[in-house]
Amino acid sequence: MRLVTIVPTGTANTASVVAALTRLGALVEEAASAGDVETAQGVVLPGVGAFGSAMDRIESLGLGAAIRERIEVNRPTLAVCVGMQLLSRHSEESPGATGLKVFEETVGRFGDGLTVPQMGWNRVEPGPGSRFVESGWAYFANSYRIDRLPDGWAGSNTDHGGKFVSALEKGDVLACQFHPELSGEWGARLLDRWLQRVETAA
Amino acid sequence: MTLASRVIPCLDIKDGRVVKGVKFQGLRDAGDPVACAGLYERQGADEIVLLDVSATPEGRDHALDTVEAVRSVLSIPLAVGGGVKSPDDAGRLLEAGADKVGVNTAAVSRPGLIGEIAERFGTQCTVLAVDAAAGEAGWEVVVESGRKRTGLDVVEWCRKAVTIGAGEILLTSWDRDGTRSGYDLDLITSVSSVVTVPVIASGGADRPGHLVAAIEAGASAALIASILHDGDTTVGELKAALREAGMVVRP
Repeated sequence: MRLVTIVPTGTANTASVVAALTRLGALVEEAASAGDVETAQGVVLPGVGAFGSAMDRIESLGLGAAIRERIEVNRPTLAVCVGMQLLSRHSEESPGATGLKVFEETVGRFGDGLTVPQMGWNRVEPGPGSRFVESGWAYFANSYRIDRLPDGWAGSNTDHGGKFVSALEKGDVLACQFHPELSGEWGARLLDRWLQRVETAA
Repeated sequence: MTLASRVIPCLDIKDGRVVKGVKFQGLRDAGDPVACAGLYERQGADEIVLLDVSATPEGRDHALDTVEAVRSVLSIPLAVGGGVKSPDDAGRLLEAGADKVGVNTAAVSRPGLIGEIAERFGTQCTVLAVDAAAGEAGWEVVVESGRKRTGLDVVEWCRKAVTIGAGEILLTSWDRDGTRSGYDLDLITSVSSVVTVPVIASGGADRPGHLVAAIEAGASAALIASILHDGDTTVGELKAALREAGMVVRP
């Protein structure tokens, strides 16, 4: 069974994430409590508008510690777009807010002179140790990004006015700056590889 | 830099069907939205735009069903516009499966709407749709399917909308819509040179060369409708032409 629990981050495109996972045979539920996040076979932390408001929402639901903990013990977890950024400590987008602090690297805005938001399809190149991500085209919609690889993580690269970290993976944890649910067949294959881990780890 | 130029088929939706007119009038049936969206994705479309042109409460509910049906088969981004008057309207479209929401007429009457949607759902989700009619000096914003002029300058309006929260501009030349006489390149350059967000060129595409010119004029993406619905070309053919002209496109 591919049982997946989605963290309700008050989100913009949860419907697309649910549709993509459902097409791949997953049964998707919404997390109602920290207990749900702790015990879920697979957890998805979807992308939302802003770093600060997403963190507020997670903390007000009391889910922050449970998300951090399951990542520490390597339970299958997928973070998408702002969801990936939430794993960091801080973001330039919301200077007062504190993230989930899974790693210390911070999130910064793309430099001047670029089209921002980066909106559209860009190349993703997996780095050493990547097991989930393959080389291909992914759909991005972001103004902020992480540009240094955190210790202990395998990273993928993408270029938008300089290289940034477009995906992070460690064990059964996958974080994508792009939207796999909107990245066509390439994205579907990536989600399928992660869902296989959800099945195996269950 | 490898960010690809996008080719975006646009489906005008009325009563659950795809329709297409000329200068927004004389709508004719152009097929089933789910079938069209799926076909265009397989042809290599980078994104799909749905515009609800029904303009009635019943039509709006119908459009939500269409968004849901299209979403269930589509694994590329879906932007939806038409009749969005409040953040709650935007929320309903997103819940039904849109990834981005377009605002047009209501934002002209009340620009704060752009900021409200951006604050709640993010700027990346907030698309300003502008219909531009060429005048003696520049372009004027027109609303209500082109029936009403507003006196607003298009370039100024786009600049302002971006400062309020628009994350992308869908820029339609009303004069060229459905005419297949090529995009209004001056319009594209005038807007894209004053905003940092992506500009989608719309209105007038007929040949691959028109798309190449729009990208060269500063557009991040080219919207197409009539030439696809009429079966004259495919997304794949258009992208091949862009690639041949030296543009970066997703295979």
